[in-house]
Amino acid sequence: MKFKLKIWRQKNAKAKGYFEDFDVDNISPDTSFLEMLDILNNNLISAGKEPVAFDHDCREGICGMCSLYINGRAHGPDEDITTCQLHMRKFKDGDLITVEPWRSAAFPVVKDLVVNRNAFDQILQAGGFVSVNTGGVPDGNTIPISKLDADEAMDASACIGCGACVATCKNGSAMLFVAARVSALAKLPQGKVEAQQRAKAMVAKMDELGFGSCTNTQACQAECPKGISIAHIARLNREFLCAKLKD
Amino acid sequence: MSLSGLFLMIFLVVHVSLNLTALFSSKAYLAACEFMDTNLLVQVMVPVLALGFIVHIICSIIVTLRNQTARPVKYLVVNKAAASSWASKNMFVLGVIVLGFLGLHFFHFWAKMQLQHILGQEGANAYNLLIELFSKWYYCVLYIVWVIALYFHISHGFWSAFQSIGINNSKWLPRLQIIAKIYAIVVTLAFISIPIYFFFGIHFFGLQKLIIYHVQLGS
Repeated sequence: MKFKLKIWRQKNAKAKGYFEDFDVDNISPDTSFLEMLDILNNNLISAGKEPVAFDHDCREGICGMCSLYINGRAHGPDEDITTCQLHMRKFKDGDLITVEPWRSAAFPVVKDLVVNRNAFDQILQAGGFVSVNTGGVPDGNTIPISKLDADEAMDASACIGCGACVATCKNGSAMLFVAARVSALAKLPQGKVEAQQRAKAMVAKMDELGFGSCTNTQACQAECPKGISIAHIARLNREFLCAKLKD
Repeated sequence: MSLSGLFLMIFLVVHVSLNLTALFSSKAYLAACEFMDTNLLVQVMVPVLALGFIVHIICSIIVTLRNQTARPVKYLVVNKAAASSWASKNMFVLGVIVLGFLGLHFFHFWAKMQLQHILGQEGANAYNLLIELFSKWYYCVLYIVWVIALYFHISHGFWSAFQSIGINNSKWLPRLQIIAKIYAIVVTLAFISIPIYFFFGIHFFGLQKLIIYHVQLGS
């Protein structure tokens, strides 16, 4: 297959960025999107040019490292997958593909398509942990947790922190990410104790870092590679309000 | 934002219920107006309502301005087909449209009815106002466009308000969205029924006699 690529180039965080056009040829339909970029980079290196910088790590859809805003959609034109799981057969031969980095005030571009998602780590550091004493390691299944609660906590824990929610949200809000963390812990006995304080601390951090506010457009859940529901945002709001009322 | 929104949505129900009395008889409508002008609870709620509007507007401006700064560099390509509803992405614009027409509405109705009362003067006959304004086709069109903007605003606003105050979960999310649609459709159709009733009544169904009678009764 043959593609025309329009890729965002930016030398470093301070430099002014621009779009550069590339052509790639002889791409198998079963090539993954990242492999296609590898082929492009190989060609660039052979030609003595600077390769395109992009984030990637596990390439099996579980690490949350890959990003890319492809043809106007986070992780490209497929449902519930990360960019590394996107294959070129999802495009038509000869397509023009525009590739942009995540755009958010809180995710500054480091180089080309690589953005700094350290803001997510800072939000986690603000409250995404359990600090109460939970004693020694108990025998398996000795703490009674209903299947429903366990399932919901598990669904929320599926978040890989890729930032597609922020990239997609028209307000650049990180609510789905924060909600997934808050929900995963609030549904389990050890995390429940600090659920309200955690919600308050993480939301405060999110606001401080320059993420926008949630206006319930549901774009985040549509683009989340792990299909995390905005129902978790309702729980975050609930915990947050309860914490605020107690202040 | 959400609490003031819920409050304003309750107000819409009260307002439209009073409007609907105009479909039955001028007497019922004028009695409803009289009740709103004199009832003590209503008098107390009027400034609260104004405050509700102000809080809602100020919050929306703050949130919108803040959200504008969250993405300094815009995307070149944005896929419009992303699963969020059109209304949810345009709440501020819809709000501005609703507010603009609200100004017109204040000028045509409130200034001639409630304001006169506050100033201690005799207000205009409310039923005469309805006949006068809704006999003009362009006023009916303006009014209906306004109410349709309101429909989109509240069809998202209703469930969104519950989501924002945390009264929602995966089971109730689709239910609330359906209830929001029903609420928005019922309120919108009720509002639109008034100009349609008067316009067609006056121009096509020979309600003139009835209306002249009402006018004489009122004046």
